[in-house]
Amino acid sequence: MLLSKQTSRRKFLLSSLIALPALGVTMKGLSAAVAAEMIAPSLEAYTPTFFSPAEWTFIMSACDRLIPGEGRGPGALETNVPIFIDQQLASDLGSEIYLEGPFDVNAPATLGYQLPFLPQQIYRKSIAAIEAWCQDTHRQRFALLDPAAQDDVLKKVQAGEVNFTAYGEDILTSKPFFSELLNHTRQGYLADPIYGGNKGMKAWIAIGFPGARASYLEWVAQHNVQYPLGPVSLSGDRG
Amino acid sequence: MSNITNDEVDVVVVGLGWTGSLMSIELAQAGLKVRALERGEDRNNADFTYPKPADQYAYGVRNKIMVTPKDGALTVRHSMRDTALPTRQWGAFVPGTGVGGSGLHWTGVLIRPTPTDIKLKTYADQAYTRGQLEEGMQIGDYPFTWEEIEPYLDKFDKICGLSGNTGNLQGRIIEGGDPFEGPRSSPFPLPALKDTLNNTMFADAARKLGYHPFPNPSANVSQAWKNPYGNQIAPCNYCGYCSKYPCLNYSKASPQTAVLDSLKRMENFSYRTNANVLRVDLHADGKTAKGVTYADAQGNEVFQPAKIVVLAGFQFVNVRLMLLSGIGKPYDPLTGKGTIGRNYAFLSVGGNTLFFKDKQFNPFATAGATGQMFNDISPGNFDGPSLGVIGGAKIHSSQATGTPIGTALPAGTPEWGQGWKESMNDWYGHSMKISISTGCMSYREHYVDLDPTYKDPWGQPLLRITFDWRQNELKLQQYLRGIVRDITKELGPDSFSESFLSMDSHWDITKYVSTHNVGGAIMGDSPETSALNRYLQSWDVHNVFVPGGNAFPQNFQANPTALIGALTLFSAQAIKEQYLKNPGPLVQA
Repeated sequence: MLLSKQTSRRKFLLSSLIALPALGVTMKGLSAAVAAEMIAPSLEAYTPTFFSPAEWTFIMSACDRLIPGEGRGPGALETNVPIFIDQQLASDLGSEIYLEGPFDVNAPATLGYQLPFLPQQIYRKSIAAIEAWCQDTHRQRFALLDPAAQDDVLKKVQAGEVNFTAYGEDILTSKPFFSELLNHTRQGYLADPIYGGNKGMKAWIAIGFPGARASYLEWVAQHNVQYPLGPVSLSGDRG
Repeated sequence: MSNITNDEVDVVVVGLGWTGSLMSIELAQAGLKVRALERGEDRNNADFTYPKPADQYAYGVRNKIMVTPKDGALTVRHSMRDTALPTRQWGAFVPGTGVGGSGLHWTGVLIRPTPTDIKLKTYADQAYTRGQLEEGMQIGDYPFTWEEIEPYLDKFDKICGLSGNTGNLQGRIIEGGDPFEGPRSSPFPLPALKDTLNNTMFADAARKLGYHPFPNPSANVSQAWKNPYGNQIAPCNYCGYCSKYPCLNYSKASPQTAVLDSLKRMENFSYRTNANVLRVDLHADGKTAKGVTYADAQGNEVFQPAKIVVLAGFQFVNVRLMLLSGIGKPYDPLTGKGTIGRNYAFLSVGGNTLFFKDKQFNPFATAGATGQMFNDISPGNFDGPSLGVIGGAKIHSSQATGTPIGTALPAGTPEWGQGWKESMNDWYGHSMKISISTGCMSYREHYVDLDPTYKDPWGQPLLRITFDWRQNELKLQQYLRGIVRDITKELGPDSFSESFLSMDSHWDITKYVSTHNVGGAIMGDSPETSALNRYLQSWDVHNVFVPGGNAFPQNFQANPTALIGALTLFSAQAIKEQYLKNPGPLVQA
């Protein structure tokens, strides 16, 4: 469940460290969080493991709308959420699902997930269908639409109004894809940075969650007092 | 893949969670050769050192220490007319696996049922008029008295280092505890955990309204504790990673912290992991078991001969093994005959989330069991009969964790976009919950059996649950909604959201409730209506004992672990004192 390949994480570390002198900065005088952020891969330089280049542009743009940069708090791109999603889909995500048939895909929602697909398949099929729909409707790829139009597409995807059957999907609809994408986006934003997102623990710093500190004996009875310390991560970085 | 036969043991224990650990240590201390077979991985304290468990994504989201649906799915349907479908992903409940079982990741709320809960059928017959309760309800009494079971509840409290306030010491009501609890033979072993802000706010409001709040009785210990097995549990540091997590501080009573360190030192105890028991093997006359067969990690079928078989898996696992092994007769809801699978019950939850702009709850600074509750709405203590409902609820404000994925946000918050992001910034740490957790009666048409279609990776049928909400439980929810609203009003939040079942709700397996599934192999006075006698001994196969939530005739409002522990210790005592001397049925049918 960690970054899928240890080598890829090491590669990030190496490339970032090499990049530091080139950027004219040194580690000295940087806060641990800033240093950690610099060691994390830059989204622009990242080569996805699971997504194709075309799928990657969709994921980057969709994440940017689900948790945008504007307003208070960091956005999904600033916190490397797309990397989290790519790394999770490249790992064992979905291997826990019971996928024996028969499948009743018309079962009531109260009986839960009944699709014959792994999350990886849902992403691939859905992105292809949404891109085809965008071409038919807007004559444009999703990533090239303006933000308001992207929001409108995502609302339709969420509501199940992007008809996948026209693009060869007889079982899958757009709703379950949206729900997975939104869940994974939020998870990548708020999970420990060890999984690739929440770069520099920025989401935790923004909301006031101390991460993996996990020791509050002297704090628990201090009522209605703001906790003063920033977060720490599983790998020991401090924010 | 081949067939292997192990050396014979006196006792084979199937599953090494709470009940398996307790049975193993009690019977090993009596000198028996005991071997536990655990389907999952081994789990040692070294696996839980800081900061490993402080990882919401791994444990809270991806269910790192739970059984996967792939290996442990069930099928579910709402009524006998429907076709059941598998739980392809976990939702309403999440069963554990591995050494420690659910005892490793439980929250640690260790509260007893009341004496009335133990004799619910008797209470119902006295307090309700004939025909007043819902048709098809088939509730039962536990086949022992409060006085008989209390010493074992007491023993389990001491094994866990129970922390909290005593409410009834040998009949004397003590302020600050639960005045509705049954008489205790000794006080709580340890004082209560420290209260968080939500605790004091809730308790003050509840008291003002005439209720009797007390700290959630906790097996996250408030002070260092050495238990009767010689195991030491460390004071809780309020790390905020508890329910669904193994404890990183050695502070939550679990099989690991409370039993296994001592048990593993005993030479007459051994255990195997990745040993998935497929069936109990019976002798030709069907009256006794000769051992169990399990699949090991290499795919071998291994026969483990034993004189006594203890089924100590989770409720589902135990009932399914009885059905797969032909122990007792499967329950038939049409005729009401047969007992294995009878009286499956669950529980319901609900409540309000209250948002306060100017309050810092610091929800990450908490123990799993942190909270205050009151037990005023339990059977016999409120006017259930005039409402026409039986059962009750604990009403509580608990702050189990502050992990951010899944943070509750005010009603009307967009699900994504700038609005969601800024709402996270504004409201994380500024809300508290007032929650209900209700009992659940058993009904003729709620049961478990073997699914006709779906199979597990070992080719065996999944267990099928037939269950839905009934009018009794839904009416109770409406009543509780009013009480929670009154407390909410008293607290005056900036805003609040409500989550209760409506009268037309169906059981939604996608929304987490709690993993307190009970019944299916219940204990009772008669082999006609129960699978087990008062010592958890199968009425049909006398060397098979089945401790667990499966033994509950219906579910009460309290959390189940205290009674599960006590029943197990009660059963172990009977095996040691009676069964070993004279193997045979301990209760004459």
